[in-house]
Amino acid sequence: MDLFEYQGKQYFAKFGIPVSAGGAADTVDEAVKVADAAKYPVVVKAQVQVGGRGKAGGIKLANNADEVRLHAGNILGMDIKGHVVKRLWVEHASDISEEYYASFTLDRAAKKHLLMLSAQGGVDIEEVAAKDPDAIVKLHINPVEGLSEAVANKAATDAKIPAKALDGVAKILVSLYRCFTEGDCDLAEINPLILKPTGEVHALDAKVSLDNNAAYRHPEWDEYRATEELDEREQLARESDLQYIGLSGTVGIIANGAGLAMSTLDVVNQVGGSAANFLDIGGGANADQMAAALGVINFDQNVKSIFINIFGGITRGEEVAKGIVEAMSRVELRAPIVIRLDGTNAEVGREILAKAGIPESKLQSKPTMLEAARAAVAIANGK
Amino acid sequence: MAIFVNENTKVIVQGLTGGQGKFHGLRNRAYGTKVVGGVTPGKGGQDVEGIPVYDSVADAVKATGADASFIAVPPKAASAAILEAAAAGVKFIVCITEGIPAQDEAKTFNTLLRDYPGVRLLGPNCPGIISPGKCNIGITAGEIAALPSAKGPNVGIVSRSGTLTYQALYELKQQGIGVSTCVGIGGDPVPGTSFVDCLAEFQKDPETHAIIMIGEIGGSAEEEAAEFIKANVTKPMSAYIAGVTAPAGKKMGHAGAIVSGGKGTAQGKMDALRAAGVKVGLNPTEAGSLMADIVKGLK
Repeated sequence: MDLFEYQGKQYFAKFGIPVSAGGAADTVDEAVKVADAAKYPVVVKAQVQVGGRGKAGGIKLANNADEVRLHAGNILGMDIKGHVVKRLWVEHASDISEEYYASFTLDRAAKKHLLMLSAQGGVDIEEVAAKDPDAIVKLHINPVEGLSEAVANKAATDAKIPAKALDGVAKILVSLYRCFTEGDCDLAEINPLILKPTGEVHALDAKVSLDNNAAYRHPEWDEYRATEELDEREQLARESDLQYIGLSGTVGIIANGAGLAMSTLDVVNQVGGSAANFLDIGGGANADQMAAALGVINFDQNVKSIFINIFGGITRGEEVAKGIVEAMSRVELRAPIVIRLDGTNAEVGREILAKAGIPESKLQSKPTMLEAARAAVAIANGK
Repeated sequence: MAIFVNENTKVIVQGLTGGQGKFHGLRNRAYGTKVVGGVTPGKGGQDVEGIPVYDSVADAVKATGADASFIAVPPKAASAAILEAAAAGVKFIVCITEGIPAQDEAKTFNTLLRDYPGVRLLGPNCPGIISPGKCNIGITAGEIAALPSAKGPNVGIVSRSGTLTYQALYELKQQGIGVSTCVGIGGDPVPGTSFVDCLAEFQKDPETHAIIMIGEIGGSAEEEAAEFIKANVTKPMSAYIAGVTAPAGKKMGHAGAIVSGGKGTAQGKMDALRAAGVKVGLNPTEAGSLMADIVKGLK
């Protein structure tokens, strides 16, 4: 789960990382109220999860309440690369002497944590990596050992952070590492990490991505979950506890297992179609799950055919078949189903489907994944 | 021969009295696996259909001489269960648990590396391992795996995905090709056992004559495998990578299946494997028929 900037800053603050005084606002009046409290000048920032906000006009400096009113009014409702701005973050504008970059992630190849630190912040770190790779210090941290302030200090020295900022940067690195580990982040990034003329170091932006697997020990994440940007289909799927990702194609997909579901998308694409979604119905799918899955697919106006791809391991063919028959009696489907059913008790399952008396215009069974994909794509493409 | 497990492997099930542990533990025993005990704290002295239950892994190992463990406990308890097994002297640990926080996984992996370097962890979030006819630990339906033939050629399978592993087993069975061992390494960001670990074992295993590898988007495990294959694997291979059409920035069901910052794409992985001499199929069926061609050539 990706956090908005304002949430990331609030999360940072919990771990003692200094951020600018400010607050979130959903209306122009709220923005003025927050700005008055934060002291002028302030920065009014669009809260969207997409890069390039500044260039799109989503970040503006305001010296007084009238300017806040003007900018907040312009930015709220603005469309930035398909993301509509519903919320603002208004904070006291900082004087900036220097801009740095700091982040923690998991390096999957090394199976260790990775600190990336650079004295060249405030720009896209990928660009720095391409132009001047030596400007980024990369340090592996053993999760068993953690990060000490001495090691953080050395990393900052290696990154050519100037002496006056060293202590401040090292302290923030240790706090940011705690946020990353104890806070169960996939990514904790500060860009830019700024040095003020007064000598203080603080986080001017926050990019935080949380590990959903750790949600059980973070009840405080519920408020982030409530503001997550999901489309209506994804919202519906979440309510039914389905692993669903909305896409823009015309073939609705239901498969058991993440790998098979991914593979189904690929095969549909290979035979000239496009998937409307990713949906993993999981192991041991029963009638209720199948009905819920078909319900979500059915909600999608773009769906022209539905491809159910099941390979039974634990999942048994007859259970899948019963599930489909029952689901079809509960839900009036907008598009015909093409099913490929293989593996454990597949013959029994296919027999159940054949005997259910569903016309072939509504349900076809195909023996292989490729043939089923071709049939589903042919229907979706109107052939 | 087989890799990691064989007909003598003695297995305990951590979480045998739970729903998943009981269901799969009993299935594994029915397949012929030596399931010698179970562990559930506080339930020592009970039994599950004749399998004795112990309070701790140490008790179970002492009483049964088990050398492998099958962990089927909830995410909250999984890391402690893995470390308990390692501390009790278990050398091969299979953890099927899905949903363990990545921070816990990284810490557990590095703790094993530091304190128990001789221990192999398979998983978490994996289907397990089957050496057809000898040993089945995990959730694979044993009947879909073809037995290896005495004179070969037999194929080894290594995969990040559960259902695609079944798919591969099934395709080989349809083609009448025997399987030496099938290893599901799991779809999480920090798997205990990597493609490279399995490829090294398959290369050494006299019963394995060719290898199928099934990868997916995310991370760089397939690229590392390709480097290893180039330098070390002489046995012929086919492969399939899932997720060519997966959108960037989305976790595709598995915690580790995500393309981020342009890295971990299926195309990059396929290119790396092709450059290492692996025949790459564009779907699982194609990888299966490429393997059938390879096997024909070996006969």
